Amino acid sequence: MEKKLKLRGILDVRKSKFRTESYPTKSSEEQIDVEEIVLKKYEDLHIKLKINPYLPEFHREQHTRFLLESLVYLSTAYEGLDASRPWLCYWILHPLSLLGVRVHDSQKRNVLKFLSKCQSPDGGFGGGPGQLPHLAATYAAVNALVIIGTEEAYNVIDRKKLQDFLFRVRQWDGSFAMHVGGEVDIRGAYCALSVASLTGILIPELYKGTAEWIVSCQSYEGGFSGCPGMEAHGGYAFCGLSALVILQKGHLIDHQALLRWLVQRQMKLEGGFQGRTNKLVDGCYSFWQGGAFPLLYTLLAREHNIPRGHLFDERALQEYLLICCQSPAGGLLDKPGKARDIFHTCYTISGLSVAQHFINDLHILGPSENEIACTHPLYNIRPDAVRRALLYFNDLGVPRREGNNVSNT
Amino acid sequence: MSDYSSDENEITEYLLYRNRKEWKDVTPVKQDDGEEPVVSIDYSEAYEDCYDYFRAVLKNKEISERALELTRSASRFNPANYTVWQYRREILKGLDKDLHEELDVIQEIILKQSKNYQVWHHRKVLIEWLKDPSKEKYLTEKVLAKDAKNYHAWQHRQWVIKTFNLYEGELEYIDTLLSDDIRNNSAWNQRYFVINNTTGFTEEVLSREIDYTLFNIKAVTENESAWNYLRGLLLHDKGGLSKNEKVTEFCEELYKSGNRSPFLLAVLVDMCYEQVNEAGGDSVYTLERAKQLCNDLATKYDTIRAKYWQYMLDTIEKKSKEGNGAESTSH
Repeated sequence: MEKKLKLRGILDVRKSKFRTESYPTKSSEEQIDVEEIVLKKYEDLHIKLKINPYLPEFHREQHTRFLLESLVYLSTAYEGLDASRPWLCYWILHPLSLLGVRVHDSQKRNVLKFLSKCQSPDGGFGGGPGQLPHLAATYAAVNALVIIGTEEAYNVIDRKKLQDFLFRVRQWDGSFAMHVGGEVDIRGAYCALSVASLTGILIPELYKGTAEWIVSCQSYEGGFSGCPGMEAHGGYAFCGLSALVILQKGHLIDHQALLRWLVQRQMKLEGGFQGRTNKLVDGCYSFWQGGAFPLLYTLLAREHNIPRGHLFDERALQEYLLICCQSPAGGLLDKPGKARDIFHTCYTISGLSVAQHFINDLHILGPSENEIACTHPLYNIRPDAVRRALLYFNDLGVPRREGNNVSNT
Repeated sequence: MSDYSSDENEITEYLLYRNRKEWKDVTPVKQDDGEEPVVSIDYSEAYEDCYDYFRAVLKNKEISERALELTRSASRFNPANYTVWQYRREILKGLDKDLHEELDVIQEIILKQSKNYQVWHHRKVLIEWLKDPSKEKYLTEKVLAKDAKNYHAWQHRQWVIKTFNLYEGELEYIDTLLSDDIRNNSAWNQRYFVINNTTGFTEEVLSREIDYTLFNIKAVTENESAWNYLRGLLLHDKGGLSKNEKVTEFCEELYKSGNRSPFLLAVLVDMCYEQVNEAGGDSVYTLERAKQLCNDLATKYDTIRAKYWQYMLDTIEKKSKEGNGAESTSH
């Protein structure tokens, strides 16, 4: 069922300004500055709307061009992501797949060959050729290969050695380090469980204690933090919730509190999401926070309490993404005034996808050409690609582990 | 993205590794991107040169002073390269280096690159090796003075405090941060962390903290951080959210005064939810009240969350029909 969404009235948006209550602080001042530039964007759009009723438009061609160009060439400014190159592949391929762009077969083969160069001889993938295997790079590489979705791509992954790698970074309490000798946080648990479940190598010894460790990261606010005791945060909340859903242990958390925290992260005026309480809006949280909703619905459904539509304001989120986050030259960004980059392009487009789709319903803001494909909220890959990969890998069976190889460091 | 260009003196004196005599014996190793590379980064000449030599020493696992120096350069060019840091730690151990010197090195980088996982992790490992946390509070305070919500700094601080039992003075530090910015949610979170790991939320502490929080809510009634902290406190109240008289009295007073902070109304809704769930007799927190509040929130005071408030109302109504609290939520 398709439903056309209408923009919020500009008067209502204006009324949603942050109230300082005569008590300005750094947080409120920064918030007011952002609201000012965002409101300006909305005001401008309402004027343009009088001559172009098709607004707000999603600049599909520009974004496609930006992504395809980035797949080949990245400027010196990306040196800082030289240890995240599988991420660069995923951040490009995933939004392209949501836009329905077919990447040329030869180009796909180039990506899978490159990723095979990033695979460590000891299992797992590194941030670039010759780099040590890292869980985040491994997650990105596996996702990218699953998006490519050919048998050749699947076969790049050495599943047996991948499993060995996961055991090497597993900690005694069920948490995961990002690499051998690296930092431990909730990203590790999500990345490990995500790749293990996608490639059919998830076995109980790998996740003993993991669900309990993740549950201990749910903060008093309701969201999840990077490690126990820390502040609830959008990126970590997504990791925690997804990991628990993969383990079918979602019932262990206080989902009423999580839902309350999540809905509160949507900004009144901007319509986008913030990552933490009293912080600023950022386009990437459209997915980290927005993408947690569909996962949460599955938990609510278990209690026969399934919502009839999104529990956040999908219209306001689409407004923010389409009006405030698109760079005219292609690519998307954090907030007006910031530079575009492929990380934000990936997660804003993913968030747009979540906002447009609710189960089988479509809720589109702007012309119907704005519609993009839906994403699987656990892996943030198109569901058809997830299904194909699961079928392929599950057919291969779980690799056998030798008993003496269990690491508890 | 590298901090190299910021140091102009060094840039003018900078000599490529391939032109350094002490590296003459080493054959640089090019990055193997394959024939048809993708996501190719347009590295600067100096970046590529440095990493060509880094790959060469890494291949031979060379443990030497010059390799140590090379990892310093490589980490400057890209402080997020975890392979560089991991290898650097191996060299530090292998050469039995003075780790206090390394603390100074990493401190300098952290102060420039304070939103980076690798540099903080390096610091953490050094502290684990040295078992000396004496400089950590100061370092994190320096970072937090510039960005009071820096997640990495807070995480490091929590780890140090917890590992070395350095809770003393922490509540006072939090007080200074909250008096700078009462909306600093990281500081509120730290308050919870400290109490949870020291006294715990005993009746006495709970009472004190509730007073403190209500006082702050009164000053800024739309400060979500304080409201969330209040909810956090009431997780430890035997009566739950809706039976602490100090809190309910405060909320009712605030409501009567005409205040319509969405966070006040939200707490009142959850109080109704709790009481309806428990079928709480003559309570003022009824389904009727929840209806009124949810409607007000959805249509007037918190319209962005209209669908959530409708959903909450449906949920509370459903619970009410189930009746007698036979099936209470486990939270």
